[in-house]
Amino acid sequence: MEQVRALVLRAAGINCDVETQYALQLAGAEAQRVHVNRIIENPAMLDLFQIMVIPGGFSYGDDVAAGKILANQLIYHLYDRLNEFIEAGKIVLGICNGFQVLVKTGILGKLNGSDEQQITITYNDSGKFEDRWVYLEPSSKKCIFIEPGQRIYLPIAHGEGKVVFENDGVLERLKTDDRVAFRYVDEDGSFGPFPVNPNGSTDSIAGLCDSTGRVLGLMPHPERFVRFVQHPHWTRLEDKSRADGMTIFNNAVKYVKENFI
Amino acid sequence: MKQWRFEVFSKPGTSGTGGSDVGDEIKELGVYTVQEIQSARVFLIEGDFDEAFAKRIAGELLADRVCEDFHIGRSAAPAGLAKATIIEIHLKSGVTDPVAQSVMTAISDMGKDCQTVRTARKYILFGEINDKQLKKIIRRLSNDCIEVVVIGSDAEPPSPHLAPYELELKTIDITKLNESQLEEVSKKMDLFLNAVEMKTIQDYFKSIGREPTDVELESLAQTWSEHCVHKTLKSSIDFDCDGEKIHFDNLMKDTVFRATKELNKDWCISVFEDNAGVIEFDETDAVCFKVETHNHPSALDPYGGAATGIGGVLRDPMGTGLGAKPIANTDIFCFAEPDKSFDEIPKGILHPKRIAQGVVAGVRDYGNRMGIPTVNGAIFFDDRYLGNPLVFCGNIGIMPRDKCFGKARTGDLVMVIGGRTGRDGIHGATFSSGALTDEHETVFSHAVQIGNAITEKKMLDTILQARQKGLYTAITDCGAGGLSSAVGEMGAQLGAQVELEKVPLKYAGLSYTEIWISEAQERMVVAVKPENLEKISRIFADENVEATIIGKFTDDKKLTLKYKGTQVCQLDMDFLHDGLPKYSRKAVWQSKNLAEPRLEEKENYNEELLSILSTYNVASKEWVIRQYDHEVQGGSVVKPLGGVTNDGPNDAAVVQPKFNSNKGIAIGCGINPFYGDIDPYWMTLAGIDEAVRNVVCVGARPDRIAILDNFCWADCKKEETLGSLVRAAQGCFDGAIAFGTPFISGKDSLNNNFICDDGTEISIPATLLISAMGIVDDVNKCVTIDLKAAGNLLFIVGITKNELGGSHYYKIKDQLGANVPKTDLKKAKVIAEKIYKAIDSGLVASCHDCSEGGLAVAMAEMAFAGGFGIEADLKGLPKSDDCANLGAQLFSESCSRYIIEVEPDRFNDFAKLMLGVPFGQIGKVTKDKNLVIKSGLGRKIVDVSIDSLKEAWQKLLRW
Repeated sequence: MEQVRALVLRAAGINCDVETQYALQLAGAEAQRVHVNRIIENPAMLDLFQIMVIPGGFSYGDDVAAGKILANQLIYHLYDRLNEFIEAGKIVLGICNGFQVLVKTGILGKLNGSDEQQITITYNDSGKFEDRWVYLEPSSKKCIFIEPGQRIYLPIAHGEGKVVFENDGVLERLKTDDRVAFRYVDEDGSFGPFPVNPNGSTDSIAGLCDSTGRVLGLMPHPERFVRFVQHPHWTRLEDKSRADGMTIFNNAVKYVKENFI
Repeated sequence: MKQWRFEVFSKPGTSGTGGSDVGDEIKELGVYTVQEIQSARVFLIEGDFDEAFAKRIAGELLADRVCEDFHIGRSAAPAGLAKATIIEIHLKSGVTDPVAQSVMTAISDMGKDCQTVRTARKYILFGEINDKQLKKIIRRLSNDCIEVVVIGSDAEPPSPHLAPYELELKTIDITKLNESQLEEVSKKMDLFLNAVEMKTIQDYFKSIGREPTDVELESLAQTWSEHCVHKTLKSSIDFDCDGEKIHFDNLMKDTVFRATKELNKDWCISVFEDNAGVIEFDETDAVCFKVETHNHPSALDPYGGAATGIGGVLRDPMGTGLGAKPIANTDIFCFAEPDKSFDEIPKGILHPKRIAQGVVAGVRDYGNRMGIPTVNGAIFFDDRYLGNPLVFCGNIGIMPRDKCFGKARTGDLVMVIGGRTGRDGIHGATFSSGALTDEHETVFSHAVQIGNAITEKKMLDTILQARQKGLYTAITDCGAGGLSSAVGEMGAQLGAQVELEKVPLKYAGLSYTEIWISEAQERMVVAVKPENLEKISRIFADENVEATIIGKFTDDKKLTLKYKGTQVCQLDMDFLHDGLPKYSRKAVWQSKNLAEPRLEEKENYNEELLSILSTYNVASKEWVIRQYDHEVQGGSVVKPLGGVTNDGPNDAAVVQPKFNSNKGIAIGCGINPFYGDIDPYWMTLAGIDEAVRNVVCVGARPDRIAILDNFCWADCKKEETLGSLVRAAQGCFDGAIAFGTPFISGKDSLNNNFICDDGTEISIPATLLISAMGIVDDVNKCVTIDLKAAGNLLFIVGITKNELGGSHYYKIKDQLGANVPKTDLKKAKVIAEKIYKAIDSGLVASCHDCSEGGLAVAMAEMAFAGGFGIEADLKGLPKSDDCANLGAQLFSESCSRYIIEVEPDRFNDFAKLMLGVPFGQIGKVTKDKNLVIKSGLGRKIVDVSIDSLKEAWQKLLRW
């Protein structure tokens, strides 16, 4: 394959697909938005892509729980295909609702070797949907999406973003496996309560990767900061090149180029 | 078929779906004996599956094993020391239940089918409560309109199964009735048609020699309702204005429309014709804007009313031309002040705090789910909105310029797409055309509609694909009036025939009339050429959107309805659309005899400034704004909040709808009913001035601003009330002409008065919302209000006059005053143009307009948004001769004033540009974080830290 090809998943209620496609295009990928029904009809189409992104939104209205119905659909129609996709060395990114879906399918929601979901994402401690900007500290060495040491600034917009675990042991294992991708911090890199940690997430976790480092899920929206003017107070900034969200998409495309093309 | 019951509880120690919120709400009711509340989600599922599969449903689908437990069957009342009360809240049968639909889909993904799914909320309250308290709690936790409450551990909810409908053709004998009998028919059927209208209908049926059917009367009532045809605003009016007689043939045509016509802007593409007004965006695309009100439904069911308000207004751009893609929402609310005890609230009215929270939640949930950023809004508080809160929902959409017009043709098929039809929303259009009373809650509960945003989102996704391929010839939304108004309007010039039994229903039992007039949400109608049927059906089916052919457009100019072959309605389109008798009304305006209070000058005004920042109208609305996703679609480049810590107010929002173009759209609004208490004419001009100022402040071109009107008035059958509306309409004409800003769309909502059980009436103040949409050529040049750097100079442009009438300064002193701000129509536009020029030339570091609270409040907001102090001196303030009072200089709300921050080395260029308009340097930006304003003679009359100012501004609505 000559071209980096990314699939942006669509489904009822997914609503960040267009800007996610744009971010991938900016990073140099050929990005296509595809409805989940088409993939269920023809799962072989996944072979055409090296990147799959499950974007943000409210898949199926987040009925029952955020991401739950789409996760259920993927489990019953495409679970093996998704695992093959990952095992083939390809990469998967879940943003906001996409992260919730990846957790609730079990792809990011359990430890290696476990059958049952041990990690979940639930209601913010504030009890409210919140749109605000947060700082993220990268903390995994294996996650291929991360620019090591680079703290990034991105918006969150969710009502259910609190990562919780079945027990403390799960978190310990995740740390040992280097699966904690991003943590919420303040401008100077320190942890803190709300609003630094906007949803009360355990251990300030904002994003998790799988054991391969090639599957990332995160609550903040990198696709909403790919141009300078999307910064919430760009009118007072000097550095007009900032677009923190691009690092995630650039690294994804770079990884594919280095490993597939 | 087995009925399964599932209960899902949060595990102890996890944050559930809001048990603690419920506790707070109960305390707010004055019930302190409830010590603990447990809540559970309940699912009732009918299906042929075994226990093992039921366990899978519970464990894998309904409950999240990490933070929830489940119970199959009814969980026993927990044993405990305190008395426990169990209540379960179910939806009334027939009310849309989106979660149930999703659960059905998910169970079928798991390989089994189920018959029905219903959901409920269960609360277990621990603690002694008496019956009266329980009633109060139930009223708080549930909504009579849409929900039923089951108390105790054994009671079962109502059966979900409804009997099928058997055709029973109803005719109403009216041709022989006298006037009072006709009125009685209208009243009995909730038609809201008056005697003259009923007589006109009687004459029509006499002329065709038969009696009408029920659905014929209902169709006429709907088409002729105030809500649908705006008969008051289109009537001829004899206006007595302080003794001067003025005649209007058609009030709207002679004021609002006339201004647009006279301005004749070549960038207006479609005005007052379609569901939204359309203007040019760039060479290839157009943008459209519509603002609707959803007041009556929001009074009864704040959450559902507001959600369907936003859901409804989204279908306006979607139903404009051949369909636009919504790109930004605006939401403006008027509520009573929320700090009231429950005893102060008359029967039939919900507490204003509950209304505020419910309305915000409704807009949040629908707007966020649709993936449309809610970027602009305002909330205006006044106790006269107690019985009638106002909910204005607006939307801007974008579409290719060659898709701006659609027209159904004879032979096209009538296709209904999206949601199914149910009993929800019956009589919405007619009901919202009358006053609310204390009995409306029960009598008109069926008028409330329930939304399902995902159904609408799916419909939007597929419509845009079908539009792209040119597969339909016309589209419109089913709004007020449902299929009746959608099909009736599309076929007005042609004729249409509909077979009602083909309309997909949510459940059995609907009569042909109910099908026709239901205002069930998320439905649109498209006209499809038969040869495109297969292609378009495929697009909808591919994404699980229901699309059904229900009839065709004909050429007989008749509306014909059939139910299983029986004709139930045949009306002449001409009579339906043009048969409404023309009204002539009288209106009176008498200038009020008001006095200006004499307020002594004070030593300093710190306290006044802090109080104004802490009034409901001025205080930060961050609590609301953060709950809206204002960044989805990635186009929000000036967000509602900004500044160094992202929590200062911005004047207007700017969205950049196309990734490959730097063009943007600025969105702002103006509303100030206090001015209308003095004179609605000046209120209107101030509203237009404010809306224009807002968008100009961020960088919109003043020669590319289009505006919208939304009139919300009380009972316009009263000549004085109508007179105040006429004053406002006159203001609309004068303002639009002076600013060169055409009105492109508008809407009115009258009869916003509430009749209490004791007969007293609460009427809203005259309320006009002006919304503005301005084109920004290059979003990289946008400016915001936050101060940028110490040492920069501060200027004010525009003149400050002794105009405290209706101001917030007077408000905190319980005064109204007489000197309402009077927009200088000669200067206002020139000033706006110069401000734009300065911004476009890069001379402006920050810019903010003076509005509620005047100069002092505007400077305070700029300072704390930027994290800098200001040292100002009123010596440099351009002011009128009668404005010597320092309080007036600080807090006057004179129009057309802007505060501009300029870097010192750009002073010369800026000053040169401002020649010819009043402007003066009033201060400079300081590192020291205090707002200091001197009297002009060296005395400090304001000296407060920006932290205190910000705290005063933020603390009130930190909910």
